[in-house]
Amino acid sequence: MESLSNKKKVLEVKPLNFWEKAYLPAIAKGLSITIGHFFKKPVTIQYPEQKREFSENYRGMHSLKRDENGKERCTACGLCALSCPAEAITMTAAERQKGEEHLYREEKYAAVYEINMLRCIFCGLCEEACPKEAIYLDGDIVPSDYLRKDFIYGKDKLVEAPLNQ
Amino acid sequence: MEGLDILIKFGLIVVIFLISLVVAMYSTYAERKVAAFFQDRVGPNRAGPWGILQPLADGGKMFLKEEIIPTNATGFLFIVGPSLAILTACIGSAVIPWGQTVVIAGKSIPLQVTDINVGILYIFGVVSLGVYGIMIGGWASNNKYSLMGAIRAASQNISYEISMGLSIIALLLVTGTLSLGEIAQQQHGWHWNVIYQPVGFLLFLVCAFAETNRTPFDLPECETELVGGYHTEYSSMKLGFYLFAEYINMFISSAVMVTLYWGSYNYPGMDYMHELLGDTWAPLLGFGVMFMKTLLFIFFFMWIRWTIPRFRYDQLMDLGWKILIPLAIANIVVTGVVITFFK
Repeated sequence: MESLSNKKKVLEVKPLNFWEKAYLPAIAKGLSITIGHFFKKPVTIQYPEQKREFSENYRGMHSLKRDENGKERCTACGLCALSCPAEAITMTAAERQKGEEHLYREEKYAAVYEINMLRCIFCGLCEEACPKEAIYLDGDIVPSDYLRKDFIYGKDKLVEAPLNQ
Repeated sequence: MEGLDILIKFGLIVVIFLISLVVAMYSTYAERKVAAFFQDRVGPNRAGPWGILQPLADGGKMFLKEEIIPTNATGFLFIVGPSLAILTACIGSAVIPWGQTVVIAGKSIPLQVTDINVGILYIFGVVSLGVYGIMIGGWASNNKYSLMGAIRAASQNISYEISMGLSIIALLLVTGTLSLGEIAQQQHGWHWNVIYQPVGFLLFLVCAFAETNRTPFDLPECETELVGGYHTEYSSMKLGFYLFAEYINMFISSAVMVTLYWGSYNYPGMDYMHELLGDTWAPLLGFGVMFMKTLLFIFFFMWIRWTIPRFRYDQLMDLGWKILIPLAIANIVVTGVVITFFK
């Protein structure tokens, strides 16, 4: 039957000739290939000391941003938690008190903001959903740890360092 | 002087024993490192500089692991298996001539523990005993995978020992002696036996791979089919003994191949070096040469391992019985004819 795609190729299975049956030339060829690799430079990146160069839009650990005056941008609207397909984000909102204006930009802020890094799939939907440009996945690789509870990152790990430091 | 001789002999035994253990220890490291290089990787490099303490870490781990003897295993034989494997691996080095006689302070010390006149037969006997360690261990585990591995090991070793013996017969026609010391002496300078017996060497090489259970003939411990083969049920240092025995076997069979075919401690220009260095240092240099050749062979074992995939069981038997044995017999006939008519 004629092939529809025109890509069909009938291969002829020839019986092995003497040298092919003797294995030895093939073995010699294989040995020369492997010894070539022996002197090649290893491709390994020795991770904790050396790091791979990431592309500019690499999505790593989250960071909660501050504005130009060093105030936290997040208003605890909950859109990031809503958009999160892995349900990794939880937060508790609180009202800004008198005297805290230099800390939070809007009247409402996130008192608790937690991301479970074991749940997070680093899809970036939270940064797309955020109306205040408060969360970005611009950090490094999330480091490994021993206990599950240590993977729930709170504000202490997520919020950017203050400006004056 | 009698007491001193015994002391020297004892010292030599200890030194050779230590060397083969250290070489086996570092073969495990070298294997991982060589494998890494062949695959464009780095290999173990965390324990000490370049990872050279890795064997110690591995050994320590082996010793500290829990020792498990399965309920249904035959307790005594379960322990005999690995012990036999390591014992037979270690005693093989006794007849290998590591160098010429060294003269230290007027006392001549042969660098060979004992030059018995049936050295090759001794090696063969010891090597074929080695398979009992695997067989007993595999059988005593009372596990189908272990048993399969043991059966494979036994049938493989039996079929390859025949062609190994036949390839040696052709060599014996050339050398006219069974003593390894004399065979080593005959290959003075560049008169290495591999020049006279290239086919015999090739046969011996293939059989050595099969005897030491190395890839491409590592069917007894074929992970893809048999979990771990004959050592599936083993843990802790008993497993360590099996693995260690494999590396010692590799070292010994490399040394035997060097002794029989690749000129032992001989090298071109050795007479000149002997005049230059004298009776003490020239034999030690010869020992160094022998050692280097052996290490090259160990490297070759590893090189083959990361090049050729494992044979299927029937292919292995095909190769052993249908190709290697007829080839070995033809080699004997040709060698005999050449020696009779042209010498």
